Amino acid sequence: MAIFGIDVLTFLVIAPILCAVIMLLLPNNKSVVRWAALAVSVAIGALTVIIFVNYQNNPVPAEGMNYALEVNVPWFTLIGASWHVGIDGISAAMVLLTGILTPLAILISWEIEERVNMHMALLLFFETGLFGVFVAQDLMVFFLFYELSLVPMYFIINQWGGPNRKYASTKFFIYSMGGSLGMLLATQLIGLTAGTFDIHTLTQVWPKFAGADGSFLGIPVETVKALAFVGFFVAFCIKVPVWPFHTWLPDAHGEAPTAGSMLLAGVMLKLGAYGFLRLVIPLFPDVWIAPINILGFVETNWAGILAFLAMLSIVLGAFAAFGQNDIKRLVAYSSVNHMGFVAMGIAVAAVAYAQNWTNASTEHMQSAILATNGAVLQMFNHGLSSAAMFLLAGGIYHKTHTRDMTQYGGFWVKAPIYGAIFIFTSMASLGLPGLNGFVSEFLVVRGAWGVFTGLTVVAMLGLLFTGGYILKGIRAVLHGPFNMHWKDYNLEIEVREVVAIAPLLVLMLVTGIIPNWILPVINDSVMKILGG
Amino acid sequence: MNVNDLVSNVNFLPWLIPVGPLLAFFVITLVTNRAKMVAATSSEYADHNHPGYMGLRVPVSSVSGRILSITVGLSGIIAAWLISLTVVGQALAVEHLGESDVFGSTIPWMVTGISTFNMGVLVDPLTTIMLIMVPLACTMIFIYAIGYMAADARQARFFALISLFAGAMLTLVVADNLLLLFVGWEVMGLCSYLLIGFWFEKESAYKAAIKAFTTTRVADVIMMLGIVYLYMMTGTLSFRDILHNEVMLSVLANTPAVLFGGLSAASLIGIFLIIGTIGKSAQFPLHVWLPDAMEGPTPVSAMIHAAAMVSAGVYAIIRMYPLFEAGGNPHHGLLTPPLMLMAVVGSFTALFAATIAVAQNDVKKVLAYSTISQLGFMMAALGIGAYIAAAFHLITHAFFKALLFMASGSVIHGMEHGDHHVQHAHGHGHDDAAHDAHAPDDHGHDDAHHAPHFDPQDMLNMGGLRKTMPVTFITFLIGGLSLAGFPLITAGFWSKDEILADAWKGLTEGFGPHALVFVLLAVSAFLTAFYTMRQLGLTFWGEARTEQAKHANLGQGIVSFTMTLPLVILAFFAIFAGFVGVPPSFPIFGSIFSPSENPFFEFVKNTLLSEQQPGELTFAWFPVLTSFTVALGGLGLGYLMYWRKPLQAGETDPMVKILGGLYPILKNKYYVDEVYVRVFVKPSQVFASVVVVRFMDGRIIDGILHGIARVFIWIGDFLKLLNMWLIDGVGDGIPEYVAAFGAYFRRFQTGRVQQYLLWVAIAAILIALVFAASSGWLVQASGG
Repeated sequence: MAIFGIDVLTFLVIAPILCAVIMLLLPNNKSVVRWAALAVSVAIGALTVIIFVNYQNNPVPAEGMNYALEVNVPWFTLIGASWHVGIDGISAAMVLLTGILTPLAILISWEIEERVNMHMALLLFFETGLFGVFVAQDLMVFFLFYELSLVPMYFIINQWGGPNRKYASTKFFIYSMGGSLGMLLATQLIGLTAGTFDIHTLTQVWPKFAGADGSFLGIPVETVKALAFVGFFVAFCIKVPVWPFHTWLPDAHGEAPTAGSMLLAGVMLKLGAYGFLRLVIPLFPDVWIAPINILGFVETNWAGILAFLAMLSIVLGAFAAFGQNDIKRLVAYSSVNHMGFVAMGIAVAAVAYAQNWTNASTEHMQSAILATNGAVLQMFNHGLSSAAMFLLAGGIYHKTHTRDMTQYGGFWVKAPIYGAIFIFTSMASLGLPGLNGFVSEFLVVRGAWGVFTGLTVVAMLGLLFTGGYILKGIRAVLHGPFNMHWKDYNLEIEVREVVAIAPLLVLMLVTGIIPNWILPVINDSVMKILGG
Repeated sequence: MNVNDLVSNVNFLPWLIPVGPLLAFFVITLVTNRAKMVAATSSEYADHNHPGYMGLRVPVSSVSGRILSITVGLSGIIAAWLISLTVVGQALAVEHLGESDVFGSTIPWMVTGISTFNMGVLVDPLTTIMLIMVPLACTMIFIYAIGYMAADARQARFFALISLFAGAMLTLVVADNLLLLFVGWEVMGLCSYLLIGFWFEKESAYKAAIKAFTTTRVADVIMMLGIVYLYMMTGTLSFRDILHNEVMLSVLANTPAVLFGGLSAASLIGIFLIIGTIGKSAQFPLHVWLPDAMEGPTPVSAMIHAAAMVSAGVYAIIRMYPLFEAGGNPHHGLLTPPLMLMAVVGSFTALFAATIAVAQNDVKKVLAYSTISQLGFMMAALGIGAYIAAAFHLITHAFFKALLFMASGSVIHGMEHGDHHVQHAHGHGHDDAAHDAHAPDDHGHDDAHHAPHFDPQDMLNMGGLRKTMPVTFITFLIGGLSLAGFPLITAGFWSKDEILADAWKGLTEGFGPHALVFVLLAVSAFLTAFYTMRQLGLTFWGEARTEQAKHANLGQGIVSFTMTLPLVILAFFAIFAGFVGVPPSFPIFGSIFSPSENPFFEFVKNTLLSEQQPGELTFAWFPVLTSFTVALGGLGLGYLMYWRKPLQAGETDPMVKILGGLYPILKNKYYVDEVYVRVFVKPSQVFASVVVVRFMDGRIIDGILHGIARVFIWIGDFLKLLNMWLIDGVGDGIPEYVAAFGAYFRRFQTGRVQQYLLWVAIAAILIALVFAASSGWLVQASGG
């Protein structure tokens, strides 16, 4: 597939940023810019649908290739980096998610009245960063886009955010950059030793790397690997975010404009999880299960630590959301809670992959396949439901100019459609069977049960309090006698917002009832990665 | 599968059963739920469930929207009923349905590695009897709701929600696997939440809704562990694959559990699943949500307590029974841990709830506690292996309890009618004498916005209603007698008797749990008969104790008709449903109704493998006489206390004096709610907002971050000092150069983000193009 003589994935990466430049060059007419941004993002979204369907129909890579739609050309030959892009099922799902959410976010950001050109340009710029990460098959390309995506989001929060936006955006930026620092060093280290940045080659070469006589630059190889591992681990834990690396998230989400929150929660958090699956699991199988002794009495390994942190994310994320009175922070903490399930699934996958790699043991393989399917599906599902939740939270904030839920109350009296959509979305977020979130959570819990039984039991406490904060949100916004302070406000959802949320609602329902529209795509790639 | 097959082949037909109500839900929600705007203070909106707001206009179901929504909702449930009847007809025609033959089909639903998870439907004997009961009861409830909700501002939404509820229940019934059952189970949970909180402006209503959802969720997350564990052990969740597979059951029974050493996998899974039922079927200690659920409109109470939700819990246990039994044999006194749990929890709950019901004055709360108690009967029966007796009681209970709830709804509606009448007659004042007489009596759900107001649910405000509401009285009486197990002529007698007979058989063989169940259930049955008679006496007998009661009636027309018809139909079943399960060896009745065999017993037992089926009991006098004694004794005592000398206006309930110090304890439900609030609710709120948010995230994690930031700022300041010192020492040449460069560069730094970003974007593209040109990949790429 090629568009304008350029292969389709490269086109997909370049197109949004070109459109971003066009947005900047357009006249300062709000409605022109808005429609133009919507049109191009819908076109790009349509392209992602085509790519997804195309992948669905022929998932097998071309002869001699490892990925669908693969392109590999020399780029920075000096350091061995190449422009290497391609997709598998996990990338395809994530690309589709990005393609769907961006136009919806652009439609929502029609509420922005200031510097519209710039705002739209940043959103499109951001889309380029996301696509770049999801299609990259070269570590250097991956890293570049991973970092590039930070910049537009920083400005979106910093310029169009809430009252505390300077603090939030700075924290977001520095925190993420701090995490990336270790990752950059680790990337360099791996590239240096292997002489290439090609991810597929690295997954073959780097785990077997033994240095000269078991040491590298005078340091034992185990230590080198462990350090490189930690570099990636921390960077991705911050991005996911896994407890205790999560405190940037409620601030960033709370202050970001609605569209920013939608994309931040909807797609950006997935970069971390995607990084774990694409890089950290295949690159460090030995490190994941190398025994670690904590304070002399707890025997564990990195996979166990990740599972433990995932459990804490689930439980403490739910509690933290339950303790909020700020609606956007409540939704933000719900992301910590939900992404905890992703992290849990990743931990299971890491154990199974590592055991298979080190001693060809397939003991946990079936569990891991289910858990990983669940984790990836949860990434997709959380993208849908968190974006929808932020859309609704942002909508009510935009109308009332307060995020304090204690000042709401009884909105269902005046806004029945908003109420119905709010409850539907909340239930998807809660993981109600019949809607999307349940399928993925069920798969993760099933996978984790066989590997981290005790942690899974404790994680159920988080699932219980997921109910707690969801019901708290519904109660505060919709239930109770109508707060007459808002008597003369228009609280009902606007048509534009309904249009923006409708695709998400449909996808939530469809994925809950017929998960097989997407699951086989994910499943094939998961099996390929895990080698099961 | 083409459309023709779908409707003509009985294996595909069950798929269509839940479709009608589910479709109705979507159609009502998206199409027919049309509203008009009215002033919130107008009588079309404001009533005691909807506070009037000055100067606010609110949407209210329009007349056409109401009619259309009712039509759609009714069509959905009637379609489901007709399809169910078709399926039931064919199922009854099959000889020994269940033994080898069942109706059902599956579709691939979800890939899981190299295998696929199949979703499917199943009709075996157990499903068949549920398909007789559920759509019938649901249809009655729908008809009843036409009249009961006729004055409510959001009737269309109500029909949407009960349609979803019915659809979820029917999904649960036809499910062929535990996952689909769980889907129906949870969607019902959502519906119950939305319906209990239907009058969401009332604090009592939304609190009850949250309580119901949260309490059942405690159980559901544990149940989910049971499901995943079972799935991991067996690789399937299909009922027939697991439960009709001796090998798999024995593997489950012989594998040690991953947690709690000493248990088998089957036992641990069983316990997890039973905890799910303890929540759903409101057994101690998770029973607390059910009495509060009375905040919902009355048809909801009937739906939750009879036809659907609480039955679902017991149904799930009956459905999965061989799993709980695996590794034991209750007929020989070998109770596995899950069975033991059920026997103890069930029999305890039966008695516990019955004692509370004795001291309640709210007409619906009495019924709520009686429901908890009756569900305890079923749980206890299942615990001792009385599988078919439990299924039988589930069906008969559904009929008479649906009847009782709807009849109590009629009473409440009539009392509201009377209240309306009184207010119009006396202006808007209250009948002070009547009100003061019972004012000290608690009503936990006093509406803060309308206090003090007349409570139409308080039985002490009633009395003598038989005169103005004769049909309600007679049907209520029939339902009550059936609940009390009035000998020989009521359905409740036959099912309850069968449970006691099973327990007695075990007792005679010297099994401890059977003895416990027999004694506790006999005492509970006595209390049941007593509080039923008390309720009937307080409500219908004697003279009216308030003006409102004097004028209580249902009026004329469609409201009265739709609210009475279901009562009459259900009253029929509350009597005659019992005769399908008369033991053949029962004197006289056996030879009339079961000349050759017990039809219910013979039909249902084939749900199980032949080795697991319980044997038909031989007739014993003792349990039958016990049933007679406790039912008639309880009814007689109630008669003496509340019928022969009816309560007069202003008089205290004789229970207060008789129970003495015990009365407040029972009245306050053993203070379980208060304990839960102190032990669970408040601490978790404090933990969330204070410990997690403020301390852990705010102080510790962010504290560390801010600390690090501060350190870097210090380092920066230090370096700045160092630089100044160095620069002063080294000379000014370099700084001048730097300054010049800076001045040049400042032109780009206009402080406007647009320009920064434009530069960044342009630079990025330029860099990319340079690389592109230098490596010539544009050319290559266009080829590939």
